Amino acid sequence: MRVYGVELPSRLLLGTALYPSPAIMTEAIRASGAAVVTVSLRRESGAGEQGAGAGQRFWDLVRDLGLRVLPNTAGCHSVKEAVLTAQMAREVFGTPWIKLEVTGDDDTLQPDVFALVEAARILTADGFQVFPYTTEDLVVAGRLLDAGCEVLMPWGAPIGSGRGLNNPYALRSMRAHFPNVPLVVDAGIGLPSHAAAAMELGYDAVLLNTAVAKAGDPVAMAGAMRRAVEAGRMAYEADPMEARDMAAPSTPVFGTAAFA
Amino acid sequence: MLVIGAGVAGLVMATVLAGRSAAVCVIHRQDPATRASHFAGGMLAPWCEAADATPALVAPGIEAIDWWARHVPETCREGSLVVAAQRDQGELARFARRTAGHRMCPAAEIEPELDGRFSQALFFAGEAHLDPRAALRALAAGLERQGVEIREGEVEEADHAGFDHVIDCRGHAAAPMLPDLRGVRGEMLLLRCPGVTLRRPVRLLHPRIPLYVVPRGGGVFMVGATMIESADRRAVTARSAVELLNAAYALHPGFAEAEILEAGSNIRPAFPDNMPALRRQGRVLHLNGMYRHGFLLSPHFARRAAAIVFGEDTMETGEAA
Repeated sequence: MRVYGVELPSRLLLGTALYPSPAIMTEAIRASGAAVVTVSLRRESGAGEQGAGAGQRFWDLVRDLGLRVLPNTAGCHSVKEAVLTAQMAREVFGTPWIKLEVTGDDDTLQPDVFALVEAARILTADGFQVFPYTTEDLVVAGRLLDAGCEVLMPWGAPIGSGRGLNNPYALRSMRAHFPNVPLVVDAGIGLPSHAAAAMELGYDAVLLNTAVAKAGDPVAMAGAMRRAVEAGRMAYEADPMEARDMAAPSTPVFGTAAFA
Repeated sequence: MLVIGAGVAGLVMATVLAGRSAAVCVIHRQDPATRASHFAGGMLAPWCEAADATPALVAPGIEAIDWWARHVPETCREGSLVVAAQRDQGELARFARRTAGHRMCPAAEIEPELDGRFSQALFFAGEAHLDPRAALRALAAGLERQGVEIREGEVEEADHAGFDHVIDCRGHAAAPMLPDLRGVRGEMLLLRCPGVTLRRPVRLLHPRIPLYVVPRGGGVFMVGATMIESADRRAVTARSAVELLNAAYALHPGFAEAEILEAGSNIRPAFPDNMPALRRQGRVLHLNGMYRHGFLLSPHFARRAAAIVFGEDTMETGEAA
């Protein structure tokens, strides 16, 4: 998968929040084979207006993984907050990459797509490479591309809900509308079968966190997700058969002996 | 022997050493609010804590309940309760799956005031709780009765002279010496609400913020605690205060009328596996990384540290300076 000119060796992107301990997080990330990890500056690392640096030792642990870091703006509710958080992330992690999240509704953590488009435009103009966390709305997707985004990350289901792909139809049409844009299903994945389903739709990658971090055995679940993403991608590339309503026997029935 | 720090790790360490007839001196900073233990919940909940940590803390946790009951008679051994809102019943089922030592029952069977709000709850009969500030005062008083010198002040390298053993129990303040020690910020509230009667700690499971309320007696309750990967020492944020108050209110609407006595924050010291460790650096033995489990794990780790300084145990997990 290629995004913003970078070839990524894995189609699984993994978050760094909610693990039982940083030691288990490290092991799970290695087991997942992920080439990109996301990290939240605002909440999990507590970096407020004056807090930059206070989460340093946790960020060092993330940096020591030697993987590409995709900082996010989780917990931001406005354009201004998201832009400030992105600028801080660029300083802390030395990367122009930013996963842009602007929360519009606190119950569902649904993105505020209006603020999202505006923040994406501001950040792109400032030299950022924006990974927008968005809904499956095609018009919003088009606006995000106009704003300079080169990748789109629609939700499968609300963050942390583990419900899988709520709207496979819409995700399929998004794939069809933007055949040449890297698309990542971000959020809502609870099971390896959900991740495989996203990949079977032709999505380029899957981003998840809670499904691994909150599993009883995060390391084992990370391995399961890795295999599911690989299986889903292989299946997509293998051009799966079409489902049909009638049985189609794989061996001919005509001419076989009939038993009463 | 010199013990540095008078948080829960330091005072338990000194108590264990003094109990073995060692000559002990404790040196510490004056202000108790500099200590993470000052803001602890005081739950002795080995089974519940194992849900998100390792089962390896259950046995040391049970050891701690007996230890505290011996040293602080006010330790309350009446169990603890875990509840979840109707829409989060899945969290309760999962918690039940991941823990032992509980039975499922209506919350009101254990805490009558929760009648009608939580039809299902997990009761951990073997768990206990204490008031951390009172417990640490009791340990300090016990040490003074035994003639242990407790001195206020900052510790310089020169202060180590004259001691055979130095045990550093300073928590996050020792981070410059321990490169893999990080701070995990926690925030808590103290509420006074005589209208609410709860006898034991109640945890409210919630997918985003698992919180608990611990009775301190006299109508006072501790509500805690946030977990933020940061060593930021500023005061409680508005957002955290709202989350803590929401949890208390969801548990019992009576908390709406509570007085907010205190909003506190401090830094838990944690190693990468979130478990305490003993580390040797020259003459100094570090007991650190208590994380969420200062009261739960200090007795066990202090006993092991004592075995090391008395030469009965060699360092297994030690690392050179």
